Amino acid sequence: MSDSTNTETLSPEQVGPQPQTPLQEFWSYFSANTGAVIGLVFIVTMIIVALSANWLAPHSPIEQYRDALLMPPAWVEGGSWTYVLGTDDVGRDILSRLMHGARLSLFIGCLVVTLSLGMGILLGLVAGYFQGAVDTAIMRAVDIMLAMPSLLLAIAIVAILGPSLINASMAIAIVSLPHYVRLTRASTIAELSKDYVVSSRVAGASHLRLMFITILPNCLAPLIVQATLGFSNAILDMAALGFLGLGAQPPTPEWGSMLADALQFVQRAWWVVTFPGLVILLTVLAFNLMGDGLRDALDPKLKQ
Amino acid sequence: MKKGLTKLSLALAASAFAMSAQAQTFVFCSEGSPEGFNPSLYTAGTTFDASSKTIFNRLVEFEVGTTNVEPGLAESWEVSEDGLEYTFHLRKGVKFHSQKKGFKPTRDFNADDVVFSFLRQDDPEHPYHKISGGSYEYYNGMGMPELVKEVVKVDDYTVKFVLSKPEAPFIANLAMDFASIFSAEQADALLAAGTPEKLDLDPVGTGPFQKVQYQKDSIIRYLGNQDYWKGAPQIDRLVFSITPDASVRYAKLKAGECHVMPYPNPADVAQMAEDSEINLMSQEGLNVGYLAFNTQKKPFDDVRVRQALNLALNKQAIIDAVFQGAGKVAKNPLPPTIWSYNDATVDYPYDPEKAKAMLAEAGVTDLKTNIWAMPVQRPYNPNARRMAEIIQADWAKVGVDAEIVSYEWGEYLKRSKEGQHDTVLLGWTGDNGDPDNFLSVLLSCDAVGGGNRAMWCNETFSDLLEKAKQISDQGERAKLYEEAQLVFKEQAPWVTVAHSVVYKPVRKEVQGFKIDPLGGHHFYEVSLKD
Amino acid sequence: MFQFIFKKLMLVVPTFIGITLLTFTLIRLIPGDPIEVMAGERGVSPERHAQLRAELGLDQPLLIQYKDYVVNIFHGDLGKSLITKTPVMEEFASLFPATVELATCAALFAVLVGLPAGIIAAVKRGSIFDHSVMTFSLTGYSMPIFWWALLLMLVFSVNLGWTPVSGRLDVTYWIDEVTGFMLIDTLLSGEEGAFASALHHLVLPSIVLGTIPMAVIARMTRSSMLEVLSEDYIRTARSKGMAPLRVIVVHALRNALIPVITVIGLQVGILLSGAILTETIFAWPGIGKWLIESIARRDYPVVQGGIMMVATIIIVVNLIVDILYGVVNPRIRHNK
Repeated sequence: MSDSTNTETLSPEQVGPQPQTPLQEFWSYFSANTGAVIGLVFIVTMIIVALSANWLAPHSPIEQYRDALLMPPAWVEGGSWTYVLGTDDVGRDILSRLMHGARLSLFIGCLVVTLSLGMGILLGLVAGYFQGAVDTAIMRAVDIMLAMPSLLLAIAIVAILGPSLINASMAIAIVSLPHYVRLTRASTIAELSKDYVVSSRVAGASHLRLMFITILPNCLAPLIVQATLGFSNAILDMAALGFLGLGAQPPTPEWGSMLADALQFVQRAWWVVTFPGLVILLTVLAFNLMGDGLRDALDPKLKQ
Repeated sequence: MKKGLTKLSLALAASAFAMSAQAQTFVFCSEGSPEGFNPSLYTAGTTFDASSKTIFNRLVEFEVGTTNVEPGLAESWEVSEDGLEYTFHLRKGVKFHSQKKGFKPTRDFNADDVVFSFLRQDDPEHPYHKISGGSYEYYNGMGMPELVKEVVKVDDYTVKFVLSKPEAPFIANLAMDFASIFSAEQADALLAAGTPEKLDLDPVGTGPFQKVQYQKDSIIRYLGNQDYWKGAPQIDRLVFSITPDASVRYAKLKAGECHVMPYPNPADVAQMAEDSEINLMSQEGLNVGYLAFNTQKKPFDDVRVRQALNLALNKQAIIDAVFQGAGKVAKNPLPPTIWSYNDATVDYPYDPEKAKAMLAEAGVTDLKTNIWAMPVQRPYNPNARRMAEIIQADWAKVGVDAEIVSYEWGEYLKRSKEGQHDTVLLGWTGDNGDPDNFLSVLLSCDAVGGGNRAMWCNETFSDLLEKAKQISDQGERAKLYEEAQLVFKEQAPWVTVAHSVVYKPVRKEVQGFKIDPLGGHHFYEVSLKD
Repeated sequence: MFQFIFKKLMLVVPTFIGITLLTFTLIRLIPGDPIEVMAGERGVSPERHAQLRAELGLDQPLLIQYKDYVVNIFHGDLGKSLITKTPVMEEFASLFPATVELATCAALFAVLVGLPAGIIAAVKRGSIFDHSVMTFSLTGYSMPIFWWALLLMLVFSVNLGWTPVSGRLDVTYWIDEVTGFMLIDTLLSGEEGAFASALHHLVLPSIVLGTIPMAVIARMTRSSMLEVLSEDYIRTARSKGMAPLRVIVVHALRNALIPVITVIGLQVGILLSGAILTETIFAWPGIGKWLIESIARRDYPVVQGGIMMVATIIIVVNLIVDILYGVVNPRIRHNK
């Protein structure tokens, strides 16, 4: 601190409670939620593992060790520390496949959620804000999609595009759109009749400003809940598509198809089915925990 | 909540009680719904189990547990000198089932029923020909319309078939499911009532069981036929509990909810063998799983390349991983249980070094190709994707870069028939135990653009098959087929991958169950011991 | 009010047309050949293939096929399955009750557990109960459904033997099919123990299928309740000394239920999607499994007709939800 002569400038220590930046404020709320922090830590770890899978993984994810088929995990009788979580039916190291698979699953999740959230918000906001013909058109399209079971629709889309990871992600993004559109629209309509929007409008705010700056932030709470759940949907739907042979193509170590391919070993070699399932469960759980924390921290009403 | 719990435990007690009350119900956990109840319209084994094996009989039948033909509804038959006329003498006093609501037969089985059952499939003008879509895939597939010139009723208990050319496998064809005998009387009654399509949904037959009730994707119920001509079956009630997932079938078998299950997961077999409640039966299957090279595409038109890729593949690894040991490395296109199997054939050993050298010799470097993997599970290939992954890894070691490709099943069959693949995984399960049913269908010149996925046409090979078909002496035919197998091996249009072992887990209390090498399931002779 | 309902009904018409168009186009865009699937490894000759195509009406121009399809719908005819040759309507009618029975039980489970759990968690925010509800619902939501089904089946059916592995009724009961709803049919049959057996068979599949909707409902109820509980009028009511239970039931619940109803409505689609996997694993003879198989076999009439029927049901449910929404929240009704 310089000994400035300007007495109006106060050094921080002289003020009572420190005014927080929005980010700090967010963090203080977020970090108060233990579950959210656990989720965050798990996800960060996962991201690190995914990024450095090439160095961290003990083996190649596609190398087949033909003399070590269906080796149980290290701590089980007959297991070996060479393959910590055991091997699958063609002798590939499960731990390494899971590590490499983290990359794919996180990528799929991000892709699907970004695509569907972005498009869903846009469509929902437009529909809810303008209403009338635009609204009708959008909501009819959404109704048509909602009227078809999402998995069936996804299967049909993948069948048309051809089975691959990217096509499956596209299909999942498309079928999860309606939820975002409907939620955004419903909350937009609910917000529209509230005083603060009316007064903004009277004050002469533009459409864009009203939509994105005035209304949108107040609709975010349910959307964030939905988006975190959407992440789990993405991974789970991908597993379902993999289960039906429409997801990642071999030998890609995608968690969902690992689980599906190993399904026939469920009674014989529990580890080939248990670990991919468990990793899916934990990752999705982590995202949901974090989503909860985000929600609490972001929701302007709950803060007051 | 407490009330709910009480109810639940009552339910538990009640159902446990009900289980023990009726022991004469035999439950088969089948793998899917039948397509219908007329076996001549369909080709799936699931459909045959539910119709031809239970409800119907044929003129001649396969002796259960073998591929030998024995008399069925025909007590005996004669073949004319020129091999063109087959005369069948029919069994007397055979009764058709009588339905509780619906058809009640007024006469015994006779020649009219035989003539009806064949003419329906043969004659496009027959009033029943077009009913239910009218696609008789097996009748057509076995070449019967060209082969059978006439089916004549000589008298009430004698029927004569006149052929257009001598055909050695004809008798075996008549033992196949499509040749099941319907009641002409029921057909006439339904036609008169204006509901002919009911014949294919609710037919009566002469078989050991009578169909009582069917709920799609759920259950089929049969009653034992007390008037069966071989004597009433030992079980009173037969139930097919439709259970598509193999793990679930196994779970049901363990829990005693069914007595026999087909198609176990290869992965579960080891555990089943140790289970004291389960008797694990097994037999070598009448099938072959193969990888066909498209011999009309470069570089697979070069026999050295095909041989090299044979050498590069470690088939034992496939047996271990994909079949979990429940299979046998194949060296011939014929399974070893079929007559004329050539045991003298020498298979290509696993030798990546030699393979590399041969590829270099053929001038093939940096080969980029594809492996087509089937999207469905079959006895001859329980997991085509896994198999393709192993082949991919093996070929990578000799410098061949293969991509795995898969299509929807119908698309897969169509595209591979057209020869769009480089290499394709497929297989075959025998229909009638005749070697011609493998070699001609899969490898003859005529089958290019059809069952011949290697698009392989070898004059020497095809001539041998043609010659064998004209002879009725089995010993002589066998010699020709053995020679053909050697030509096949040397030319290597396929990698012969495996013959699967068929496992049937059966509960300990089941007696008299036999595995059918042709893949069917028969319950006439089974019984339950307390 | 009637005007509002009429308006909603009118909106259904374009949706319905859109669906006929969508199902018709989708299934034909998918590469595949029903005739090849029927023939399997055996195959058919090109002549026979052409002949079969003609018999099945697949050689007609698409526009004609679509016209026939729509015209037939208005006659209540959805065509015949290419594989089994049975009318699609008949197959649907025989399988649908099983799905409805399962979905209803799953929905009951989801609502009966999810709603109270969500409400109590919100009211007792921060308590151990709240935390465990949130953890359980999150875990339930994160569950890969076929994995979960197998896990439960392995534990309860195979290892403990508490529940039957699959099917709808013990095979020793020979019940006449009257309504197709096993719970009703067993009661009608009067056979002792049959109803209990049917109920017993429903337990595990309903829990599996209801897990995800239950988690969603619990979460949504809780967050919605929390939002409402922090509104001014609730505080006012509380500060006036109104009984806490009354505040919750009379004031908070009514408003909190609005988004919850939407979510429950959305679950119908999820239930039917989930039914596809659940039915496959528990060998439950419903429409989910039927549709999946038909897509794989390219059985056009079944896929078209089946999806059509499912879509119609979902539309009707959504319509009811929309109307309820209008009833519960009058503002929406009057705004239109």
